[in-house]
Amino acid sequence: MSDGKLVSETKSKAVTMCDFDCSFKAELSKVAGVENLKFCYQCGTCTADCPIARVSKDFRPRTIMRMTQLGMKERIFEDNKIWLCAACFTCVDHCPQGVDIAGVMRALRNQAVKEGKIPKTFVDIKNNIHKSGLAYDIPDMRKRKRVENGLPELPIANSQEISKLLNLVAKSKEPKTENN
Amino acid sequence: MTDLKYLFFLGCVIPYRLASFEVSSRKVLEKLGVELEEMPEANCCGLPLDSVDHESMLVLAARNLCFAEQKGLDVMTLCPGCAGTLRKVNKLVQEDKAVKEKINGYLKEVGLKLEGGKIRVRHLLQVLSEDIGYEKIKQAVINPLTDLKVAEHIGCHVLRPKKYIGFDDPENPVILKQLIEATGAQSLDYMYKTDCCGAPIIGVNDKLSLQIAGDKLKNIKKVNAQALITVCPFCQMMFDTNQKRIEQALEEKFGIPVLHYPQLLGLAMGLDPKDLAINELRVKATNLLNKN
Ligand code: SF4
Ligand code: SF4
Repeated sequence: MSDGKLVSETKSKAVTMCDFDCSFKAELSKVAGVENLKFCYQCGTCTADCPIARVSKDFRPRTIMRMTQLGMKERIFEDNKIWLCAACFTCVDHCPQGVDIAGVMRALRNQAVKEGKIPKTFVDIKNNIHKSGLAYDIPDMRKRKRVENGLPELPIANSQEISKLLNLVAKSKEPKTENN
Repeated sequence: MTDLKYLFFLGCVIPYRLASFEVSSRKVLEKLGVELEEMPEANCCGLPLDSVDHESMLVLAARNLCFAEQKGLDVMTLCPGCAGTLRKVNKLVQEDKAVKEKINGYLKEVGLKLEGGKIRVRHLLQVLSEDIGYEKIKQAVINPLTDLKVAEHIGCHVLRPKKYIGFDDPENPVILKQLIEATGAQSLDYMYKTDCCGAPIIGVNDKLSLQIAGDKLKNIKKVNAQALITVCPFCQMMFDTNQKRIEQALEEKFGIPVLHYPQLLGLAMGLDPKDLAINELRVKATNLLNKN
């Protein structure tokens, strides 16, 4: 079970006050989806029902929720564990406190990306969307084959317009680090 | 009620990797009297970018919804990821003024505007079970697959999060089961039936991903299912395209064909397996075809 690839084993070490980053905590709490995190009372339902936690002892949504409440930024990001969430939403449907756990994971990932920690697959997807509007670069051969097989031609999206929209979104975040 | 006409949102992964899902769905829907209008302007639903930047996802989804509003038609998708994302954003814009203003602020720059909630977003499964209805499907079945015992994997995004989807019961789903039974086949229960397939983390940690899918296949094999039925492109690829890799990782042979539900229904409707692109499956369904 040590073929961690992107994800390595979490080393356990004692927590000290230096681990809490208040500005990180404050910034995250403004993000949509994170509002209910303060209601988490650590019951553990999310971890118990998580399909990833079932096969990996490195991934514990309850722990991540607590670390996020406390602003333990370094620990949260240290081994890329946040990218293990499958966004299956099982925990979201089961949490007795209405915490949008998958939403918190998403906010954490968005934050990691802002700091330059973005897995390669997502870079590719983003570039493809700018180029063609679609997440994958569909080869011309496959587009021709569609038509040969009697399927309608693949519509061509206005990629300039799409790119413009995405750039506007990116730009709106540049000057102040305001995020909503 | 609807007049069974939809704007067809194809998404990215189906034209990229999984024409068989599209081919079989189009064939079956046409036979059932559904009219599909091609979406002339569409882009990625936005879901893949949600992890990178939430607002980019919102804007991408919203742009698609604008065109649907312009057409005044309900949207139908085959991909549960697209369906869930478009539906969520449709609802969010309708209910949350701040989100609506923010998104429209961007859209204005390219001459678009989104109302929200004006049209509905339907996944194939809803079109089949609610809009067409079991009765009509049963009537179309001329070749009931009565000897066939299958397992189903519905996929998370068809049903979750409940707050946005509100369709079937994610803890005890019955709709796919009923649709399978409408073909005459039997849908067997198995352990971890409603669990994730593992596909979303394939590329982040392949080993875990293959193990999750493998655990499911083990349980499917245990109940002697002759095939696995899916309604999501990612789940289907996880179990079909990756089945060899799963077998290697778990050192166990499965050989379970993984059909898109419309392929199963098409067979029961007497359609030619070739027209349903069944030959494109990685794990061949030869045994199954000989039987029926
Ligand atoms: S299920 Fe909800 S309340 Fe319980 S630990 Fe998880 S996030 Fe906290
Ligand atoms: S959404 Fe993520 S954390 Fe929640 S149960 Fe699914 S994989 Fe686990």
